[in-house]
Amino acid sequence: MDDFASLIAGFQVALSWHNVGFMAVGVILGIIVGVLPGLGGPNGVAILLPLTFGMDPTSAIILLSSIYWGALFGGAITSILFNIPGEAWSVATTFDGYPMAVQGKAAEALTAAFTASFIGALSGVVLITFVAPLVASFALRFGPAEFFAVFLLTFCSFIGMGRENRAKIIASLCIGFLLAAVGLDSISGDLRMTFGSTELMRGFDFLIVVIGLFGVSEILLTVEEGLVFKGKQAKIDLMVVLRTWAGLPRYWATLLRSSIVGMWMGVTPGGAIAASFMGYGLAKRFSKHGKNFGKGEIEGVLAPETAAHAAGTSALLPMLALGIPGSATAAVLLGGLLVWGLQPGPMLFVEQKSFVWGLIASMYLGNLAGLIIVLATVPLFAAIMRIPFSFVAPVILIVCAIGAYTISNSIFDIWLMLIFGVVGYVFKKLDYPLAPMILALVLGDRAEDAFRQALLGSGGSLGVFWANGLVGTLVVLALLLLCWGPAGDAIAALRGRGRQDPETVEATR
Amino acid sequence: MSLPSETEAPEPGISRRPVEILTALLLIGLAGIVLYDSHGRGAGWDGGPQNGFFPARVGWIFLAASLFILWQSFRRPDAVFVTYEQLRQVVRVLGPLVLFVALIGPLGIYVASAVFIIAFMAVVGTSRWWSIGLTALLVPVVCFWIFELQFRVPLPKGPLEAMLGY
Repeated sequence: MDDFASLIAGFQVALSWHNVGFMAVGVILGIIVGVLPGLGGPNGVAILLPLTFGMDPTSAIILLSSIYWGALFGGAITSILFNIPGEAWSVATTFDGYPMAVQGKAAEALTAAFTASFIGALSGVVLITFVAPLVASFALRFGPAEFFAVFLLTFCSFIGMGRENRAKIIASLCIGFLLAAVGLDSISGDLRMTFGSTELMRGFDFLIVVIGLFGVSEILLTVEEGLVFKGKQAKIDLMVVLRTWAGLPRYWATLLRSSIVGMWMGVTPGGAIAASFMGYGLAKRFSKHGKNFGKGEIEGVLAPETAAHAAGTSALLPMLALGIPGSATAAVLLGGLLVWGLQPGPMLFVEQKSFVWGLIASMYLGNLAGLIIVLATVPLFAAIMRIPFSFVAPVILIVCAIGAYTISNSIFDIWLMLIFGVVGYVFKKLDYPLAPMILALVLGDRAEDAFRQALLGSGGSLGVFWANGLVGTLVVLALLLLCWGPAGDAIAALRGRGRQDPETVEATR
Repeated sequence: MSLPSETEAPEPGISRRPVEILTALLLIGLAGIVLYDSHGRGAGWDGGPQNGFFPARVGWIFLAASLFILWQSFRRPDAVFVTYEQLRQVVRVLGPLVLFVALIGPLGIYVASAVFIIAFMAVVGTSRWWSIGLTALLVPVVCFWIFELQFRVPLPKGPLEAMLGY
């Protein structure tokens, strides 16, 4: 098998000394980022991105994707020990993780969470290894109309499968598109929506928006609740790890189910957050111990963690194969690829073989390294949370400001970051989802190009979007996904009292 | 982000509906600006889609969604958006932060960071003066070492750095 040989070659790339070093550094940075409120996967990667511009692309993406793995692991630590989800996708982990810690079973809960994360991530990487090349070779035949249909599918699945208020998802997507349109139009060369301002000519860099929306706003949300965290102690020794591992095979059904849910939600950009809740909900419904959920059931830790990581990892599949990221962090990584001069999408698998397979191999190794590092160093990272927040918060904000400035050496960008921080704070309080905005901002220009080129080819007729079987199927699928959510709501409403989505979102925050 | 059990007591605060309405109105205004700009430059067909073609269509969808959000905001039961206590905490962070960003231009990022840390920690007021001073000194120095000396990333510098010869 050709791909298998490529994968082995990829392992040789990833196993070089300096790449393993970057992996370890990335994972540790990622765990720190995941543990600290206000620094998360997307903006942790965004802040470090400018520092990697001079690096070899393969090493750079290994470093940055390892930060992503580390952040995925780190979110679980604060959820279980402090009942504070370090990341949105670990909210569901608090439901059973914190009760376990209260009962003195913190070590078991942490081991279960990390192992589940590893299993979830591994299933995602296996999916990428086998499916991404197929998708990429399939996508080589895509024209502009097909690409626009895939973009449409992405955005429709956000609207259809999102847990938030749908009008707000649409508004968030539109804001992203419109921010992307500001500045120089790549086709006509005209300036759009700058209103004579020279600062706006450059457009809105998505990294600035990410740092503001995810970093500054998160700090503001965190300080609302005061500045002291109270947590449980945890020490993990080898016996607990082995004992927990011995018990895991009993939960194979939960692990499998959550992996599949996660892979699906990751590829169609439902995202890790939705996946973790779905994994938890399904496990609760099907488990024999369903009624113990919420009181410290180990299955309640396994299910959301597996799903969140499977989704977080699978989100890189469409990014690599189609150039369409499945999550906010994947969107930031995609922005990195563009900066390093690599065009993400199907051609990447043809032209940059060693880069792609090196990255895929590093996903296996990075997650393994992550599991070992995180098991060994939990007490250290739990200690970070005991540093007074009045000390940590200004440091995080200074790092955010430096990150925003270095992108294009402009102080105006720091002001933008501040404005987006306040916007993000208000939007989060009002349940506007932020991930769709980032995705639309990153993809906006390319979606628009595909749309305009498709229409140019057809002379302005929208018929080009169902001109052949492939594009027609994609568009129909997109519309089905768009209607999925509203139809589901209607059915739930007919069945009597449906769940009120905004309220549950608020209750879980 | 808190324990769900202890936040239920009705505390005084800004209620949610006015904020929801104000946000929706701002979004509608934004949509209006986009539509004005796009249609002003041409959102039609001129041998191909004009450059306002796509933003204008997104703008119309945006307008529809924002109007719907406005309509929804009147129908939903009102709740507390932010309590005054929470708002006080947020302002205590936001105030020094605005000061920080304003000082970066004239003073350079390193001195501004030191001022920011002192202002922030003094306002929050949980630390002793010597730990504030030490933090305000060490953080900028470490940042300077990492960014200026190790990575050679030029950050905004002010009169102090110029005096020291950088």
